[in-house]
Formats: sequence, C-alpha cells, structure tokens
Amino acid sequence: MNEVKAEPGVLTRLTSGLASLTRKGSSGWMVIIGLVIVAALVVMTAIAPLIAPYSPVKSMVGPIRSPPSTAYPMGTNQLGQDMLSRIFYGGSIMLQVSALSVLVCFLVGVPLGLFFSYVGGYLDSTFSLIIDAVYAFPGLVIAIAIAAVLGPGVVNMALSIAVVYIPSYYRIVRSQVLSIKELTYVEAARSAGAKWHTILSRYVFPNVIPSIVVVATINFADAVLTAAGLTFLGLSVSKAVPDWGWDLTDGRQFLSSGAWWIITFPGLMIILLALGFTLIGEGLSEILNPKLQR
Amino acid sequence: MGLRTYIVTRILLTIPTLLLLLSMVFLVMRVLPGDPVALHFEKKADPAAMERMRQILGLNKPLWIQYVDYLGGIVDIGYFLQHGYPNLGKSMQTFEDVGGQIFSAFPATLELAIYSMIIACVLGVLLGVLASKSYHSIADHTVRIFGTVTYAIPVFFLGIVFQLIFSIYLRWLPSGQRISPLVEPPATITGLYTIDSLLEGNLYKFAESVKALILPSLTLGIILSGMFVRLTRTNMLETSRLDFVTAARARGLKESTVTYGYVLRNAFLPVLTMMGLQFALLLGGAILTETTFSWPGLGRYIFERISFRDYTAIQGAIVMFGLFVALVSLIVDILYAYFDPRIRL
Repeated sequence: MNEVKAEPGVLTRLTSGLASLTRKGSSGWMVIIGLVIVAALVVMTAIAPLIAPYSPVKSMVGPIRSPPSTAYPMGTNQLGQDMLSRIFYGGSIMLQVSALSVLVCFLVGVPLGLFFSYVGGYLDSTFSLIIDAVYAFPGLVIAIAIAAVLGPGVVNMALSIAVVYIPSYYRIVRSQVLSIKELTYVEAARSAGAKWHTILSRYVFPNVIPSIVVVATINFADAVLTAAGLTFLGLSVSKAVPDWGWDLTDGRQFLSSGAWWIITFPGLMIILLALGFTLIGEGLSEILNPKLQR
Repeated sequence: MGLRTYIVTRILLTIPTLLLLLSMVFLVMRVLPGDPVALHFEKKADPAAMERMRQILGLNKPLWIQYVDYLGGIVDIGYFLQHGYPNLGKSMQTFEDVGGQIFSAFPATLELAIYSMIIACVLGVLLGVLASKSYHSIADHTVRIFGTVTYAIPVFFLGIVFQLIFSIYLRWLPSGQRISPLVEPPATITGLYTIDSLLEGNLYKFAESVKALILPSLTLGIILSGMFVRLTRTNMLETSRLDFVTAARARGLKESTVTYGYVLRNAFLPVLTMMGLQFALLLGGAILTETTFSWPGLGRYIFERISFRDYTAIQGAIVMFGLFVALVSLIVDILYAYFDPRIRL
C-alpha cells in the first residue's frame, strides 16, 4: 500500500518560498518587498469599510479643501470629502482593472503564442506580423482609441489595456517555444505518439511559466499606470466611485491654490502600487536571468 | 546581403505592417463603435444633423468604400503636395482637415520628444554605467532604486509635482506654454522653436523657448531614463563578464578604456535598439506630459478631441502616430544594420 505523505501546508510552503528568496540577495529582497507592498494595498482596499473614518463619497464631512490635520490626516478635497477615506477605498478600480487585464492577456496571449509558434510555418509568420504591428505601436494610443470607442467601465478599460499587452505575452511565449520544441525530450514525446496539445500543455507550457510570470508582473505595473493615464485623459471608469486616478486628475485644477494634498496622496498610492509590481517583476527577472549567474 | 539590399527589403516589409496597422485602426475606430456619429452625439441630436454630418464626412457610404477612401487618402501624394499634409479626413467638431490640424500640432510634440529622449539617454547611460561599475554597492542600489521608482511614477504625476514646485511655489520656470505669451514665436521653418529661433539669430527667443521646454522635457526624460538605466546596467554587467573584457584587462589597459572603449561600446547596441522601441513609449508619455503642461502638441490635440468625442480626429491622430513610429523604427533598423554588419547576414 502506498504511504500517504502529509503535504506541507500552504503557509509552510509560502514561508519556505520566501526564505529561499532571501538567499537570492538583493533581487530576492526586491521580490519580497514588492509582494508585501501589493498585499498591503490589496488588504487595505478590502477592509476599507472597516478602517475608513468617514464615507468616501459623502461631501461636506469636513470643511472644503482643508489641509491635513488631526481630524483629517490627509486633508479634505473641494467637496469637503475626507481624503484619507477616499485613499482607503480608492484602489479598488485600479486593482480590478489591472487584474482583469492581466487575466485577459494571459488567457489570450499564452495559448495563441503556444499554438502558432508550435505549428510554425505560414500561419505563424502571418500572425507574428500582426502582433509585431501592435507591439510597435504606442501602447497608450491604442488603449485611448479602444477606451474612447468602448466607453467607460471596468471591463472596457481592462480590455483596452489588455490589447496593448497581449503581444508581450505572445512574443515571450513564442521565443521560448521556438527553442523548446527542438529539444530532445519534446522530440521523444512526439515520436512516442503524443498529441500536439499534450506536448504543448505537458511538456512545453511548464517551461514557459517563469517568463510569463515576469511579463505578467510588469504587465500589472503597466496596467496600473495605463489605467491612471486613461483616467487622466478623461476616459475614467466612473466619477462616482472613489479612485486614486480620478482624485489625482480632478485635484489638478486646485493646484494653483496650493492644495497639494488633494493630488499628492492619490499620486503616491498609484506609485506605491505600480512600484510593488515593478519590484516583483524586476527581482524575478534578475533571479531568472542565466547570464547574470556566475 | 549588402546594405542596400537590406534597406530595400526592410522598406518593403514596412508596407504590409503599415497596411495591417491602418486596417486595425479602421476596424477599431469605424467598425467597432458601429456608428461613430451616433456615439459623437450621444443619442441626443436630431436625425437631420446626424445625417448631415454623415454626408460631409462620407460616413453614409458602405463600409468597404469608406475603407478604400481612408487608405486612398493616406497614400494620396497629389493631395499631400497640394496641402502639405496627408488626407486624414475631416474633424467631426470643426469639419476642418484633420491632417492640417495634426501637422500644425506635430512640431511641438517632436521638439518635446527630441529633448526628452536626449535627457533620458544621457541620464540613463551615465547612471547605468555608474551602477554596473560598482555592482552590489550602495551606488548600485541607489541607481537601481532610481530606475525602478521612475518606472512606477505616472508621468503626469511627476509633471504636476514639478509644476507645483518650480512654477507655482518657486516661480522659477514657466508652464503651460511653448514660449512666453509676451514673445512673438519665431517664424516657422522647422516648427521647432529652439531651432527656428537660432535660425533667426534671436538668442532671446531661444532662451525663452528653452525655459518653457525644461519642465516638460525633464519630466518625460526622467521617467524614460529608468528604462535606459536598467538596460544599460544589465547589458554592462553581462558584457563585462565576457572573455574579451578579461583579456583587455589582462593586457593592462586602463580601467576607463576597458569600461568605455570595450564594455560600453558592446553593451550599447541593445540600448540603441531600445531607443527605437522606446520612441513608441515616448510618444505615449508625450500625450500625458503635454496634457499636464498644456503643451500644444499632438497629445494635447488627442486629449481635446477625446473630450469632444471627435472620433474622426482621434483616428487621424492615431494614424499619424502609427506612420511616425513606423518611420522611426525603419530608420533605427537601418542605422542598426549599418553599425552591426551581423544583422545583414
């Protein structure tokens, strides 16, 4: 009878994973700091109703445009709304948009990349031409065009950002598959009669995962920044829901009056979120870069 | 393959890419929304006005004729020679030629792009070399933090902060203009104020236009430099581990000769390619930077057109961006082939 071995718990695996990261030097620490930042912001947004001192959308909870004070640690905006409460709530749109766009990119870019590059030939080169055309184009411009046409909404914004980043996934998967599919073990599987989808999903895909993870984390950071940029250009998801990007955009008109707190705190939050993902992505890509290992 | 053959092939390859790109823009801006006119009016206009607009803009024709008109307009050399700009259709808001509006806004964007790129490259390469020279030291970590943080800052936020500090509090530098409203802009030769004022021989105008350029180009340049810092650093580190560098050191060459003459020279090619690719990112950043600083370029044009829901104008501007990026990447590839003969193999 087979012996049943206890699977290590999720927490144990997580801590041992983090412990092994600390041994990777500064790159490992970048990943850890990034993970902590992102986790903290996600938790903050999730428990916002519990920790926010005021309603984020109720106006005149305090005086108009009052600077940070003990009663309103981040001041109030032009509607007399409490900025701290808006900061607690304001990450949700950005997190939803970026998570959804990464998901769409992953679900579209990876299978396309796997399939076309494995099949190769005429189909592959034609499709690569299309992908390269999109890739070479200014991403924000594509996102603007699509977002302008689709109209406001979390899903629409996520889609418009996803279109920009699908080529990155496609290209990274393709470059990996092209080299992997010539390896002996894939050839062995093929000669043993494995079907193409078995080869792709069981033998090729696992080897592509590390590169996809790096692309996805960078994609996350870019999605946050692109979402903020689209909002800044007037293509916001909604003006009714508290959102860092919208607060930053709207607060700009009161800049000359010296109300720095209306834009500074939302801006810093966007930076923090994008920074978290960038740190994870950059740390991972350095750890995975074979050319930097002696 | 000779250089000439390479150039011809590369130009021929640009044609299908451009065709694809233009078709995709058409698909997104004309086909996807169904009826851009209805979208423009947000369903609350009288049908007669909507019909009139369709008539003027040619949006009542069958879709495939619109497509042919659209592509035909872009390649219409006669129209280009007559007007000095390509036929990109008419604006939904003003019914003026979109091409003309775009061409008058374009030099401002180009000027901002050029100076930002210079700042980004110089800053990026210098810091990247510095970091790679002292791998895993404090300087290296500081530079890496700079590279990572600049990547995460929304360009418009940095612009707003610069504006707040340098033009609202300190009043050192102007913002919201290309040249002081008290100064007559230089006569248009290239459209770039800094160059036109020099061609005019007017140093005062030159100084004024440089002053207006500092904040926007510094904003965009710093944001872009992060990418160059990281790329230069990684490439320097990778290259400095190669045998020919060790050999150069073993022959007793000075460290500075090894760094700049051997490592940087070889690490620079990928950075050069990146510059070409970054041009697309630069233009995207320019849209946001221009909006922040009310810089009257193509980006601000797009921003204004979005608020008017002027779909034909947005489409024209996007086509213009596409043509420009294709041209730049063509030039970069040719330069690259010139510098690195291996590409032509």
